[in-house]
Amino acid sequence: MRHLMDITDLSVQELDELIALAEDIIADPEKYQDACKRKKLATLFFEPSTRTRLSFEAAMYELGGSVLGFSEAKSSSAAKGESVADTAKTISCYADIIAMRHPKEGAPYVASLNASVPVINAGDGGHNHPTQTLADLLTIKREKGRLDNLTVGFCGDLKFGRTVHSLIDALARYEGIKVVLISPAELKLPSYIKKDVLKAQGVPYVQTTDLESVMPDLDILYMTRVQRERFFNEEDYLRLKDSYILEPKKLLSAKDDLTIMHPLPRVNEISVAIDKDPRAAYFKQVLNGKYMRMALILKLLEEAKN
Amino acid sequence: MKIDSIHTGIVIDHITAGSGMLLYDLLDLDSLDCSVALLKNVFSKKQGKKDIIKIAADIPVNLDIIGYVDPGATVNIIKDGLLVEKKTIEMPETLTNVLTCKNPRCISSVEQELDQVFKLTDREHKIYRCLYCETQAK
Repeated sequence: MRHLMDITDLSVQELDELIALAEDIIADPEKYQDACKRKKLATLFFEPSTRTRLSFEAAMYELGGSVLGFSEAKSSSAAKGESVADTAKTISCYADIIAMRHPKEGAPYVASLNASVPVINAGDGGHNHPTQTLADLLTIKREKGRLDNLTVGFCGDLKFGRTVHSLIDALARYEGIKVVLISPAELKLPSYIKKDVLKAQGVPYVQTTDLESVMPDLDILYMTRVQRERFFNEEDYLRLKDSYILEPKKLLSAKDDLTIMHPLPRVNEISVAIDKDPRAAYFKQVLNGKYMRMALILKLLEEAKN
Repeated sequence: MKIDSIHTGIVIDHITAGSGMLLYDLLDLDSLDCSVALLKNVFSKKQGKKDIIKIAADIPVNLDIIGYVDPGATVNIIKDGLLVEKKTIEMPETLTNVLTCKNPRCISSVEQELDQVFKLTDREHKIYRCLYCETQAK
């Protein structure tokens, strides 16, 4: 049974096929409106999520399928102490495919070991969130027309940001990718990712604390939130937090065709004034996420059938 | 210092000096009621110093644990005073219920029935990661 736990579970060819399928869905949604008729998606969300759960549900409805599930652990049998393994076995009797979010890292993997239907990891703690990366990849493809030969800047919390780690994992497999890492020293990309992904795959990268100095080089700027709770002392947080707020004046030296991305939710790291800038693509990411989830559901159900 | 040869049992030899105690603990040799000798910093022509463990009983030992702690160690099976088998030790691809994941956010910290499984992800640097959350074993 094929599942999706980590973006690297998909080969580059499969990523390209999913993107092509998502683009076909965008071009002709009616062609897919009954593709999942009589199929059921179970959304098992052991912690709250607005975008991801609704995106999965919207995706399934647009494919003509239906949805069942829960949106927090206390409204599930987990509140009675049921294991993830037993939940997966039980839900397999009701649904054709499962999307699971869980605060514990590896929980969707445990579900995949026990389910008899495909399981999609919809986020497991700070570990993986592969469908966000699928949304990011489709956004880059649609905005830039390609996934190779790009200089991609990642800005903000690069230490704990799972979306950053996953997108680096995915992009590192394409030709001609250059990575610019912009963060405070306290939130630098973990060294094992630099070693195991960037160095191992020969991806050139630079690290800096100064966003404006590298702005002219970037084709993509992927912003993330610098979170107060990640700092050991308040002084450091206060000193650094405003360095990474993207405001219109910081874009003066940026390319005209820069693409600005953010996995959302945004707090204050991108000024609302930038929303009107044609280079802002973060709300397009949300929409692209739905199309990629549609493509993924189709792919996994098709593979399960075979 | 002299430790008698064993008549029947197992000798784990060529253990990197300093690793003997960890091996002793992970193999749970403390729970055995036969004679067990842990020799530390024994002179070795090849290694300079080495540790040796002698177990005076024909019991099954988990070779995966030995391979994890020290793939350079050798395991000799002794029967009736004779060396009857020399086992080759390799770094195992997976370790099951040997190590415990230290990540409090890992599903294995709450799902009681789960095996604690670690996978070898970097043979050169001997790095094992939790199968569920990918946290590096320490």
